[in-house]
Amino acid sequence: MWDFISKYGLIALLVAFPLTYAIIDVAGGEGLSRIGNNLVAGLSNGAIWALIALGYTLVYGIIELINFAHGEVFMIGSFTAFALYSVLGLTLVTGPLGLVLGLLVVLVLSMLVSGSLNVMIERVAYRPLRGAPKLAPLITAVGVSFILQNVGILWFGSSQKGIPDLIRAQQELFNIGGVEVSRADVLAVVVTIPLVYLLTAFVNRSRLGKAMRATAQDPEAARLMGINVDTTISVTFLLGGLLAGAAGLIYALYQTNVWYFQGFTAGLIAFTAAVMGGIGNLRGAVLGGLIIGIIQQISDNRIGNEWTPAVVFAYLVLIMVFRPQGLIGEETREAG
Amino acid sequence: MSKLAELRNARWAPWMPAIIAVVAVALFPLFRPPLDATMSDVIQALAYVVMALGLNIVVGFAGLLDLGYVAFYAFGALAAGWFASDHFSKVNGGEGVHIGVSDFVQTAFPQGIHVSFLLIVIGAILVTALAGAVIGLPTLRLRGDYIAIVTLAFGEIISRFAANGDSVIIKGYALSNGRESISPIDQLNLPLVGEFDSATNLRFYFWTALALVLVVLFVNFRVRDSRLGRAWIALREDEVAAASMGVPLVRTKLTAYAIGATFGGIAGAFLGVYNNSVNANQFQFGISIFLLSMVILGGLGSIWGVVIGATLLSFVNTFLIPDVLDKGSFNDLLSNVGLDFTFGEVKFGVFGFILVLMMVLRPQGLLPERRRTAELTQGVGGDEAIVETRA
Repeated sequence: MWDFISKYGLIALLVAFPLTYAIIDVAGGEGLSRIGNNLVAGLSNGAIWALIALGYTLVYGIIELINFAHGEVFMIGSFTAFALYSVLGLTLVTGPLGLVLGLLVVLVLSMLVSGSLNVMIERVAYRPLRGAPKLAPLITAVGVSFILQNVGILWFGSSQKGIPDLIRAQQELFNIGGVEVSRADVLAVVVTIPLVYLLTAFVNRSRLGKAMRATAQDPEAARLMGINVDTTISVTFLLGGLLAGAAGLIYALYQTNVWYFQGFTAGLIAFTAAVMGGIGNLRGAVLGGLIIGIIQQISDNRIGNEWTPAVVFAYLVLIMVFRPQGLIGEETREAG
Repeated sequence: MSKLAELRNARWAPWMPAIIAVVAVALFPLFRPPLDATMSDVIQALAYVVMALGLNIVVGFAGLLDLGYVAFYAFGALAAGWFASDHFSKVNGGEGVHIGVSDFVQTAFPQGIHVSFLLIVIGAILVTALAGAVIGLPTLRLRGDYIAIVTLAFGEIISRFAANGDSVIIKGYALSNGRESISPIDQLNLPLVGEFDSATNLRFYFWTALALVLVVLFVNFRVRDSRLGRAWIALREDEVAAASMGVPLVRTKLTAYAIGATFGGIAGAFLGVYNNSVNANQFQFGISIFLLSMVILGGLGSIWGVVIGATLLSFVNTFLIPDVLDKGSFNDLLSNVGLDFTFGEVKFGVFGFILVLMMVLRPQGLLPERRRTAELTQGVGGDEAIVETRA
């Protein structure tokens, strides 16, 4: 009974937010194009949050740790991408072919940087605490997050840094009844879908993916079956980091600015997404990411972006308190 | 029995080092000029000690990781901002409300609400205790790490409201002045003692801060050794076992949140008055983590450890980083080897580093609680016990 109420209550709460503004628009004679634009921008933003949320959910699924530093791994991915622009000589005048090839190289490299950074964090800050009380690695995670933020400050300074708009992100590609779809929207979706597909295929079909699922269910039993638990956990962090790196590049192209603090906000938004979908659940993380993207976009556009964190946090608190297993349900040890 | 042995066995003997330290600290301002920089560093440190001791109750005693403690600092400081300034300028028909303040304040600041410092502190205690319980309420059903995130979310929501408070207008008054601070705040004003001006003499601020620390320390020791304190520790060690031994979970957890929160309120009210302004921009997540590093550095649950941790880190913040590392020869040395940065820019990174280092190398802290040491070395209590019973 409670399960039913909380699930549909949450859905109602989520739908209510865009619906209210749609009604206000229609009542005010504005038509549906504004809310439509909000939805499009929200979905493409949500694709970025989904990629980050997958990293949270993968790690939580396997070692039940909120990898608080994950947002900063994403931020470092953005920074790496921007730094590579000038290394590869990508500028506003680069031709289309050079741009596509160059950005592919940037994508691969920033994914690798974020991925190996995430593996390194696990090795240094979480593995030594594997047997310790559960809150110990969470505290080091917070510490690592602050260290990385300050690495960001040393790298590009403490204010927002505008970066070249390589793909002319806001240029309209097509327009459906007043709803504009820009290049950045398409890019976000085009990069995200194959990555999510590859990830789910890896987790569901490959040998290592099977090892990951086994470790998530019961690390002791997995070890007894000959699975190298340490390697499996490292692979999980690697995957999460790779996706965060990709999100970093998309964010840099989309927002055309980078900031040391972007990871903190993004991290909490993405964590909310992961919890919303049901932490430990890959499909849930993607769904949660898209939903929270819409909410964040509408809040930015209608309420004002200085209030967006408060709106997202309010949803986070409501979900954690009344529906901690999320929309789809968690696939963690304790639920199983 | 010799005189010396008698002294050693006296009931108060274990307290001797503490008493000597307190007396030494209390006498310190007399040997310094009235506007001494070190004295202001110590005042800041004492305020942080109060807050860290409050956080220690929640995190150290009850084992509930609170990442949003800055909210209570905000409540305390805003209490000072609201009730000791011209903020509510039109109240009482522009005549203002003055309770227990000096004639000087009454004539110099005719508008707004001006209330004696003691009353502000009492008000801050009531408000933060309530806020602590309200924030604690939704976390009751949650697991440890979820508690951390929910408290963090609450802390951020409250600091958002404070920072954007200039656009939250209720009955013609803004919630806060946002990035423009609420200023000036009335000077420290105590019944029977009088009013002190921080622009000319810091000594009385120093002694007031010390008195607050002593009160808070006393409360800490008495509560820790009481039935309630033992219930907290039982809860921290094993929630299920504690509940089955008859510890009322809801009440015990909520009192931990409430009592822990009040210390943040006290320190916030004091700092608001001492800084003479309340800038809503300062209530950042970083402060919560700064306080958490103090508790971890000193030793979770160890009262003296937390006092030492808070003092050390506060001095790192107000003295070591700005006056030693970023000045003179050390900074020259850094720039000579091509490192062109100041530690002031990255100080939260430094605190983060301390967190990681302590958790990995010395999780029990510099001055560990005796019970915690036993846990870590002999594997008594903690999460392992739960895992074993489940398996």
